[in-house]
Order: sequence, then C-alpha cells, then structure tokens
Amino acid sequence: MLQNPELHYLDNAATTIVAPEVADVIDKAMREHWANPSSLYGPGARSEEALNAARAAVARTLGCKAKELYFTSCGSESNNLALLGAARTRTFGKGIVVSGFEHPSVQRPLERLAAEGYNVTVVKPRADGTLDINEMLDHVDKNTILVACMMVNNEVGTRSEVERLAAEVKRRNSRTIVHVDAVQAWMRVPIKLDNIDTLAVSGHKIHAPKGIGALYLSDRLVQAFQPPYLGGEQERGLRPGTENLPYAMGLAAAATRLAKTMHSRDTAMRALNQRLRDGLKAFPEVVINSPANAVPEVLNFSENCIKSETMLAWLAEAQIYVSSASACGRGQPSHTLAAMGKDPLSIDTAIRVSFCGDNTSEDVDAFLNRFEDGMKHLQRIKK
Amino acid sequence: MHEIIMGYQGEMSLKGLNRNQFESAMMKILRYRLKTVGKFKVYCTQSTFYMEPEEEDVDMDLAFDRVSKVFGLAALSRAVVCDKDFDTICQTAEDYLGASLHGIRTFKVEARRSDKTYPMTSPELMRELGAYLLGKHNYLKVDVHNPDFKVIVEIRDYGAYIHGPKVPGEGGLPVGTSGRALNMLSGGIDSPVAAYRMAKRGLALDHIHFASPPYTSERAKLKVKALAQLTSIYTGSSNLFVVPYTKPQEYIRDNAPDVLFTVLMRRSMMRIANVIAKKQGCEALITGESLAQVASQTVKALQCTDAAQDLPILRPLIGMDKTEIVETARHINTFETSILPYEDCCTIFTPPHPKIRPELAEILEAEAAMPGLAALEAEAAENAERIRIRITDQVEFEG
Repeated sequence: MLQNPELHYLDNAATTIVAPEVADVIDKAMREHWANPSSLYGPGARSEEALNAARAAVARTLGCKAKELYFTSCGSESNNLALLGAARTRTFGKGIVVSGFEHPSVQRPLERLAAEGYNVTVVKPRADGTLDINEMLDHVDKNTILVACMMVNNEVGTRSEVERLAAEVKRRNSRTIVHVDAVQAWMRVPIKLDNIDTLAVSGHKIHAPKGIGALYLSDRLVQAFQPPYLGGEQERGLRPGTENLPYAMGLAAAATRLAKTMHSRDTAMRALNQRLRDGLKAFPEVVINSPANAVPEVLNFSENCIKSETMLAWLAEAQIYVSSASACGRGQPSHTLAAMGKDPLSIDTAIRVSFCGDNTSEDVDAFLNRFEDGMKHLQRIKK
Repeated sequence: MHEIIMGYQGEMSLKGLNRNQFESAMMKILRYRLKTVGKFKVYCTQSTFYMEPEEEDVDMDLAFDRVSKVFGLAALSRAVVCDKDFDTICQTAEDYLGASLHGIRTFKVEARRSDKTYPMTSPELMRELGAYLLGKHNYLKVDVHNPDFKVIVEIRDYGAYIHGPKVPGEGGLPVGTSGRALNMLSGGIDSPVAAYRMAKRGLALDHIHFASPPYTSERAKLKVKALAQLTSIYTGSSNLFVVPYTKPQEYIRDNAPDVLFTVLMRRSMMRIANVIAKKQGCEALITGESLAQVASQTVKALQCTDAAQDLPILRPLIGMDKTEIVETARHINTFETSILPYEDCCTIFTPPHPKIRPELAEILEAEAAMPGLAALEAEAAENAERIRIRITDQVEFEG
C-alpha cells in the first residue's frame, strides 16, 4: 500500500481504509459542528449550512439535485429504504424484476415484498457472470412496478448495463421504477442517473468510514413515497433521525477526493488487474470467474486446489488480505458464484482480490509470491 | 428489603473429618464469585452457607445467578430479613412470597427459632402465619405432608428470616478439592461438556487447544477462547494453552500411513498435553471422547491413545449419547458457540477411511519411522501461547 509497504490490503470491495484527509474532516466536524442542524440558534444554523454543503457536494458527484440526495447509515439501508418505500408508491401492478446476483440487502426486502403478494421475477446471470439485460426486459410489461439491478457486482465485478436497462424499461412502461445498487460502482465507473429513479451508494467503499451511505431518490417519487421509519422531519421526513453531520461531511470529502481522479485511477487499476491476471497464468488450475466486462478493481478466480479459508489464512500471515466471497456472508459460500452455476469445488476455492487507488504493483507481486508458496505447500482438497 | 442468599450443602455434608477443608474451600469460592458483585459476608453454619450483602444497592439477582452455578451446592434459596414482631413478619411474608403463592393449591408454614426468648413458640408461629396467609389467598389449602409451596420462617437473635422458594443447585464438589487437570478443548460440542462434568467432581481446570494455522483460522481460536470463558462460570478461572500444531501435523501427514493418521495425531497431542500438564501441576488429562463416536474413539483406538503417555485420561462422556451431551451443552450454554462452522485441528488432513481397530504394535512401528516428530512436539509444547481465562458473565465473541 502507498501508506504502509508492509500491508497488502486487497479486499477493497469489502471495505476501504479511511483516507487520512477524510478522517481529518470528520475529526474537525465533531469538534466544531456540535450543534443539531435543526436548532434555531447560530451554531445550529452553521451545522445546517455544513450539512447542505455536504449534500450538495455528494449530489454533484452523482449528477443529481441536492434535494434528491438523502443521507443514510449505509448502502444496505439505502437499498431497503428505496425498495420498501418505492414499491408501495405504485398500485397499478404487482410485477417486480430483479437480477439473480443482487446484494442480500436487495434480495431480502424483495423476498418480503414477494411474501406480501408481489410477483418477483429473478433473472439469473449467465455462466460467464454477465447479465442478460434483454432477458430482464422480456419480463417487463404493463404490470411491472419495479426493476432492480446492481451496477457492479460485489463478488465478481460484473459491470451491468443499467443505463440501457433503465432506458428500455422506461420505453416499455414509463411508470416502472428503476432501482440501482451502485455501492460497488460509485467512484469506480461514471454514473448517469437518466431514467434511474433510486440509486444506493455507501461511504466505506470510497475511503469514508462505515456508518454513512446515501440514497438518490428522484423527486418524481417523493410525494407518494412511504418511508419505513417514521418520527422526524430530517431528510425531508423520508429518513428521520438527527443527521450524522460529521460523517456526511466525511462522505462529501471522500467523494470529492475520488471524483478528481476517476480517469487516472481507471488506468492504474487496469494495469494492476492485468498484472495479477498475467501472474495467475502460471497456475494451470486457476480459472478466472470475473467476466470480461468486469470493473478492473475486482478479480475473482478459483484456484481449484486449496480451500479458500486455508489460503486466506495463509495469505493473512504475510499481511495480505483478500476474501473468499463477499464479506457480508461471513464465510458463507458465494451466492453469486452459485447463481452462475459454478461447481462446488470452484465455489470452495474462490478468491476475490479487489483493488483501490492506494494499491501498488508491489501488493500484486506480494500476493502472487505468497500465493505460489501456498499452492506448493498447503494441503490440497482430496478429489 | 434486606435479602440474603443461602446455599445448602449436598455431598459435602457426607464427608467425615475433612469436611472442614471442603467448607473453607467452598467459602473461598463463594467470596471470589461475589467479589465483583458487591461486598458480602460469607459464613457457614449447620451445613448451610450464608451470603449476606454488607452494602446497599447490591444486584442480588446477579449474585444469585453467580453462586447458583458454583459446584458443591445441592440447593439454594434467598431469604428476606425483617424485624421479629409478628405483624412485620406477616406483612413481609406477604410482600416477599405473595407472587409465589399465586397459581398453586396447597402450602404449609414451617417455623424454627434459635432465639428461645421469642414470645411465640414455633407451632404457634406456624399456625398464626398460616392463618394470615390463608386470609390473603382464600383459594389456598394447607397440606402439611405434601404442599406445593413451603413458607419457612426462622427466628434468630437479630431478626426473622423468611425464605423464598428453594431452587436446585449444580451439585457436585467445590472446584479444586479434587486437584487439577488439563482439559483438551477442540472447539466441538463435547469438550466443554467434559470440562463441566469433571469440574463438577471438584477438579480445577486448565485447557489445551491445538491450532494449525493456516488450516485453522483466527476465528477458530477466538471460538475456543469463548468456550473456555463460557465454561469458566462453572469451572472457575483457568489457563488456555494454544499449541501451534501445524508442523507436527504436517510431519505426520507426510511420514505415516494415511489410515493411521488420526490415532498417530491424537497420540502426539497427548504427549504434548502431558508436557504442559506436568508443567502446570495437573494430575490428569480430560477428553470429551465418547465410545465409538468416531473412528479414533473405539476401544482399540483408545488403548493406543492411552499408551502414549503416563497421566490418567479422564473421559466423563465415554458412556453418553450425543443427544445427552448436547442436552448438557445447552444447559451450560456452550452449544450455540460450539456449532459455529470453523475448521478445527481434528478435522484437517483426516483420511477418508481411517483404521477403526488399530493395533498398538503397528502404531509403534509407524512412530519409529518418524524420528523427527519428538523434536517438533517439544518445539510445539515450548511455544504454546498461554491465555488467561477469567470468570465472566459476558463473552465477547459471537462468531
């Protein structure tokens, strides 16, 4: 890593290390902006002003109006809020279409809606990890109230064409809501909100702390929106609770920081990804699970020899940190790989490497060297 | 309301001349358990241990919960202390026990008085208090032979004690009165239960765990630490020794016949445990083995493991079914932690078809072909990490 050559943190899809400048902004905000943004006196007004500035800064990176951006506690909350709140604004039908490799914070709320009588159609990814947008569109008709699709998959990195999906959905049914989980996409790929109604992002994937996220919610939906939580007028009454101003300011600082380097980072990430792919070619057993259109930040592969849990611990002994599936699953087998129809051995031996702007080629080399040692010495799964 | 806790001796009261030693050990344990709850006076008369808080605002529910998990008490109850005049006794009995008298049919009052100057005799007290309570709970009947609930009043020199309901204790003997042993803690369901059962017979415990990174993860170790903490509520404070076992384990895998791997590994673990046990002053080893549960727990396999070292191996679960073991594991609250899915050292490298009836001769022959093993075992024992396990009500790790 740039900050610490001993550390090789390659699990940035799980979470990122808080950037020092972001931590400074939060530290300063905690000391200076102690007042409640809703309070009428001077310090309260200054807090409100700072909150508005943070909101505007985050909105600018997404290309939406400041009032269409709502601060939440995380990406999972944003997904829940959007899906449970938005579905009930549409009464003309019961149809919901969703991709087969969504994050659990999209899957579970939709399961609840299905139990309440909504008709949820799940479109599985292809075996190569890509999503057939046309198949999703085939299920969209006049009764479809909601289409949800993740922009970048958290486990294999698939970049789905949500822009085309959104445009085509609206052409088929202009009243259908399009929700996009952009937690892994934000600050990795450019986001265009045309035709998208709700979009979830999270702070801790972009070097802000855990505990802050945001939801873009189109003004078209606000009037009928039914928030799951009640009790306050904050965030226009859609997400009540005293605002987490320091973290909102941290989110704004983190987003602004990364927005400046989108292009140069993309080039650097492609180079790291290619270096890793080249290094892995030395191992005939390795099969890449990430599809060709995946973002360069994520590379998922199966080594087909050693249990991922063992390989992870082996790498961790040398301060090289990667993951087996998503960190949210706590070591549970990958649902994305299962949805892609991978066999049990490749699921049990899957490794996800995910980069951020602070990674260097030394990190990739350290990983490859240790990985090579592990492939030589560690006990192989008996077939 | 001033409350005290009473603990009743079980098996301990059958001891002869050395009963004093058991009683003083017990009082030491009770004082230690109550130390962090508040200031208590602990003493023993007539086979009963009394625990009286000496300050206000003591959490008596917590205190009762702590001492109810101490081995050596057959039963426990709480009592409230009040003034000795009869009206106060009646009022206090109603306030303290009224709730226990709901939903039952029959009761009786028992009275004892060590203060013989008290104006009422015991039979009078029983009759009068009984009449008062009948007046308050008109659905009750008195049954002196087999009552649903007993109201017990004791008149002592400095006050009247009204006892609450008696609840069963854990039984057994005070921990430490039978010596000290080293428990082999794998992380599964059985080994915490084995620790519990042997502590119940008065053994103080240390634990030993074999870790094989990178095959076993950091979380597997945290899980074992949590299990040791959970059992500490019964067994008292202990040491957990975590032995880095990767090298001996890999050596056995590479140099011994596949089918004998498990028994050879267990013998190797026993030898390491023996070294650490002796260093710690432990006089026995404890395992959670249950006959024929797996290939390494057949009679033949146990004979081979026994022969590996010279300390007695205690196997309290040898005749128990898995369902019985699970029942105890749930009772001591270790089950949920035990079933967390982290790989432990016993399950890695295991052959698909281990030998079920190994002969000691072939085991010894296989060991003779592994000249480098002893040095690796010595190194592992030397590098064992010692983790101090203190009695706690809260375990941090939840998996």
